Formats: sequence, C-alpha cells, structure tokens
Amino acid sequence: MFLKLEFKENQATSGELSTTTRVLLAIAIVALGTSLIYAILSAGKAPPDLAAQVAEKLDLSGVGNPVTAVLLNFRSYDTLLEVAVLLVVAVAIMPPRLSSSAGKRFLFVNDTHNPHVPDPILLNLLKWLVPLAILLGGYLLWTGAYSPGGAFQAAAVIAGAGVALSLGGRHKFAWEISGVRLASSLGLLVFVTVAATNAFITGTTLQYPIDHASTLILLVETFTTVSIATILLLLFAQLKSLADPPGEMHQ
Amino acid sequence: MSQEMLYCAAGIALFGIGMFGVIVATHIIRKLIAVNIMGIAVFMVLLATARHGAVTDPIPHAMVLTGIVVAVAGTALCLWLALQIRLLGRGTKGEPPR
Repeated sequence: MFLKLEFKENQATSGELSTTTRVLLAIAIVALGTSLIYAILSAGKAPPDLAAQVAEKLDLSGVGNPVTAVLLNFRSYDTLLEVAVLLVVAVAIMPPRLSSSAGKRFLFVNDTHNPHVPDPILLNLLKWLVPLAILLGGYLLWTGAYSPGGAFQAAAVIAGAGVALSLGGRHKFAWEISGVRLASSLGLLVFVTVAATNAFITGTTLQYPIDHASTLILLVETFTTVSIATILLLLFAQLKSLADPPGEMHQ
Repeated sequence: MSQEMLYCAAGIALFGIGMFGVIVATHIIRKLIAVNIMGIAVFMVLLATARHGAVTDPIPHAMVLTGIVVAVAGTALCLWLALQIRLLGRGTKGEPPR
C-alpha cells in the first residue's frame, strides 16, 4: 500500500551520497560493530544479578511468571508510562469524532461502495480464525500469571484478528464513535486509578498489598489488553485508509 | 563462541546495516525501515545478553516486550507523518491534495 508513495521533493533536495562517502561510512560502521562485538565478548557477567533478586521476591509479587512480575509489579511504573506513550500515539492518529456517528456500531458490514470482491475462502477462514484469536488472547492474558504470556501478547493477537478482519474486505470499523476513545484510554485510566487508590490506602503508589496483588495485576492487565488491542488496530486501520483511499484501490 | 554470543554478534551486524541504511537512504520509508532494523537489533542484543547460563534475567525481557509494542506505535506515527508530508507536499504545488 506504500509502494505508490513517491517523495520526489525529498530526493531532489537531499540528493544521494557519493560512492566515496558510502565506502568510508561502511568502514566506520564495520569498525563500530567490531568494537561493540569485542566489548560484549570481553565483558563479564553483569555484577548486580537482577535475575536472582527477582526470583527471591517472586512470592511477594502475586504472580508466578517472573516477566509478568517485573512488568506489572516490580517495574509497573515503566509499564504505566508505556501505556501512556501508546495513548499519545493513538491521540495523534485518531480521527475526529463525528456527531452523526451516535448509535453507530463499532464493527459493521461494509455493503455500500465496496470495490473489493470479498474472497469467500478468506471470509470462511475468518469465521473460524477471529473467534479463535480472541479466545487465544484471553488465554494468553490469563496464562501470563504463571507462564509466558500477558497483556501485550494478548493484545497483539487480538489486534491481529482485527487486521485480518479488515483485510478481508467485508467488515469495516467505525473509528469515529466515542466508544473507541473510551476503549483506548481505559487501560491507562484503570492503571492510574489502581495506583491512586493504592496510594490512599497503603501510602505507596504502585506497591500492591500482597493479598490483593494478583487480583490488581489481573484487573490492570485486562483493561490494558483492551486498550492496546484497540490502539494497535486503530493505527493499522488509519494508515490503511490514508494510504489507499477508496477511490484508488483498483488502479 | 556460545549461542548467546552468536546472537549478540548478529544483532550488532543488523544494527550496523540499519545505521548504514538510515544515513544512505533518501526515501523516507526506507529510512523508517532502517530505523526499525536498528531497533530490532537492539532488542536482539538485549535478549541475548539476558541469559546467563541456565538462568534468564527477566528485566531485559520485560523491557523488550513493552519496547516492541512502543516501537510499532512509533513506526505507525512516523508512517502517518510521512503520509501527511506527501499529501501536504502535493497540496502546496497547486495540485489537489489527493
């Protein structure tokens, strides 16, 4: 979809580098790479063994998977900021909300003005694949507590199902409805609410009480999954609609 | 040379390729792809160095996990800006925006 893009003005102003510059650049980069490889080969183990510290405190985190424990308990401040970064990107790309879109459904069948002929095999595959992907997303979210999985993986799988659905050509998403805004900010809202409530009750923002840690982590993870999946799908759909607008599809 | 070191070396080689691409490429999409290759190379090195023998350090894994999602979002934002440059660039030359 981006193959049609030409940045002629760009090329005219900047111009290409000469062969000599390229060769010198290649030599410099090879030298940099070699020294980096040498640095890594000669470096010993990292002195503070964080893996051991995490393993030692794993019982206090409320989950059994060390990666989830780091993401949502020990370093949950980082994860909070990552969710905020995603929301900022979503706000930058989000289409304006239309007042005429009230009562519209998020996913609808695209009957009018559809230049693509929907592929029956793909549509039948999607009938199986999309529910299966949502089920798999829920499983990944749940299993993240004690084995590899979690909010980010679950969101990626669910967003992938949405991408497949939008490539199928029969369904469209209504990004201008207000529910999209709620869904993309829900993760951050719940995360901040949990942190603020925690601060009022225990005095520390993101240090969960041990008895409720697993419940709180699951709560935050569930809503974060919804938000990340919505945002990833929004990014894809918006870029797709801008890169091939309806009129240009068959050129 | 252990398996982790091989991954490290491959990651650094990818980083070099990406860096060369960023500087040499003139097309904005090519530059963006090169930046992505650099980012993935960094992830690869982080994951490879996280393993000390049998134990795996979960902290770099957590960083890479969130980093991947943020990198995807950043790429989408860059693509969006690139498309806007193209649309607006055409508009300033008196042609219709699309």
